Amino acid sequence: MEPIDLELEEGELELPAEPMHLNMGPSHPAMHGTVRVVLELSGETILKADVQIGYLHRGFEKMCERGTWTQVFPYADRLNYVSPMLNNVGFSLAVEKLSGLEVPERCQWYRMILGELARISDHLTCTGAMAMELGAITPFLWWMKAREMVWDILEEETGARLTHSFGRIGGMAKPPSPQLKELIHGAIPTILHLVEEGEKLLLKNRIFIDRLENVGIISAHDAKALGWTGPCLRASGVAYDIRKSHPYLKYDEVDFEVPVGARGDTMDRFLVRLAELRQSARILLQCVERMPDEGPVNCDDPRFVLPEKMDVYTTIEATIQHFKLIMEGAKVPKGECYSYTEGGNGELGYYIVSDGSGTPWRVRIRPPCFAVVAGLEQLITGRMLSDIVPCFGSLNMIGGECDH
Amino acid sequence: MSKLVLEKLQAKLGDKVLETHSHVGDDTALVAPAVWHEACLFLRDDSALDFDLFVDLCAVDYPQHTDGRFEVVLHLYSTTKRHRIRLKTRVGDEEGEHADLDSVVDVWSGANWFERETFDMMGVIFRGHPDLRRILMYPEFQGHPLRKDYPAQLTQPLVAYRTEEDAGMILDKIAPFGGDEGMAFGRKWFDPPGASPGTGNKGGGAS
Repeated sequence: MEPIDLELEEGELELPAEPMHLNMGPSHPAMHGTVRVVLELSGETILKADVQIGYLHRGFEKMCERGTWTQVFPYADRLNYVSPMLNNVGFSLAVEKLSGLEVPERCQWYRMILGELARISDHLTCTGAMAMELGAITPFLWWMKAREMVWDILEEETGARLTHSFGRIGGMAKPPSPQLKELIHGAIPTILHLVEEGEKLLLKNRIFIDRLENVGIISAHDAKALGWTGPCLRASGVAYDIRKSHPYLKYDEVDFEVPVGARGDTMDRFLVRLAELRQSARILLQCVERMPDEGPVNCDDPRFVLPEKMDVYTTIEATIQHFKLIMEGAKVPKGECYSYTEGGNGELGYYIVSDGSGTPWRVRIRPPCFAVVAGLEQLITGRMLSDIVPCFGSLNMIGGECDH
Repeated sequence: MSKLVLEKLQAKLGDKVLETHSHVGDDTALVAPAVWHEACLFLRDDSALDFDLFVDLCAVDYPQHTDGRFEVVLHLYSTTKRHRIRLKTRVGDEEGEHADLDSVVDVWSGANWFERETFDMMGVIFRGHPDLRRILMYPEFQGHPLRKDYPAQLTQPLVAYRTEEDAGMILDKIAPFGGDEGMAFGRKWFDPPGASPGTGNKGGGAS
């Protein structure tokens, strides 16, 4: 083997001056497996970033046009698979808005309870995963333990841990179980304790604070123009929470606060999520107090709600009703509507168009994290390579929702 | 409060506002495509309207419409005035051609990805968009999947499926979607000429 003759005099060796290109993801542990960022680097500084999504595209909107309205629920579960119950409730509310239905009081409280449980699980996952990506694995494990407790309750209620498919048009699949209130009263103090323990580990850690503070700052104006909603927008100081601004279900009757940040940096987004988690626990306890133990859960509207199973087997009317609802689907009145609820990541909107048949003409989901991830480029351009991880983690990108 | 938005828009654009309604409480205005950008600027900059939060932009395909097949739908919200509007316009002919519209990325920067998605899924072309390329589908993908004339069971593999001759054995793979999958539910299914269901690559030697 001969030595390479570079013909260079000493001191003449130059490093290449052109920027370096780097692919981050899609198979990178901090990219959640579904995002690729193509970077142009000068040293460690990011000159240009191109965020590419779509690796988890499953044609959600196309599939919705092939079944009945009720058959959308399992798909809606798989949008934001960290808080599927919020998607379920959001879609039920959208169809009910177009059909002019209002669910009974007991169901409204029940939906709020399930939704807030899902929100707790969402925020625990996001903050925990973000800490883990920065090297702090203990809080992540503790918060996953807390999330397990939430999921145990949801499993008790719905029979599934993750994809519940529990919403229905005009109600829920089942009435609340008798032990629900007891389970929540038992779990909430432990969850809050675990959150506090994990928080203590992180918020007194110099490395963690230094990597989050003053990183990824976005102004309120920019965040609004980008379409940011939810915790990310509130971290920039805009107190826009749909539960407060445009209350749905019974959110106007419960007492809670909307935490807002001051600077709009990664630290603020982290703290806003933790503060919201505590507010969710507060809402939960109030809902448990106020939810009646007796009463109907589903609307009394045979056009949309399936009859009792016992009646299906014993009466001809219920058999026909059941057959029509299953085979032709509930006929949603012709028209269009946009319904919005507060999802785990922000405004979860459904724009639905019906042509009066049992199949949706168009189901458009407005995924909150699609808009949020669109702002990632702005957050990281000009920063260091290592800032991508906390910035991206704080946005809580959920592949299923972002990529439809 | 809500009526004010539609009234102001009508006062500004006159007969370019083709239609308004407030069905189930959603204020909606259908405008001519020529004033799309102007209307958006007006909605953002007028101090009484102040639509600062970009919410959503998507398109709906109505193959039966003769005055513009694609309805581009924009949802906006004002965090200060707390009102919403849905702005719509119709573009494209019956073949899905000439679906051009002015981009509103310079009005709200968030429109960037939403317009890319609408282009990707429906094939609406946004004039003046800084970087109009596919976002959810891969660059080699052909067609626009959310159009009603795009068969849902069509597959476009990046690497062609093996034939039985290549493999030298009998392949009994199951196609991802069968031609009879999906339910019409009493609706007359939209079957455009040349795109009969079941034309998708069924994979292997199954077909």
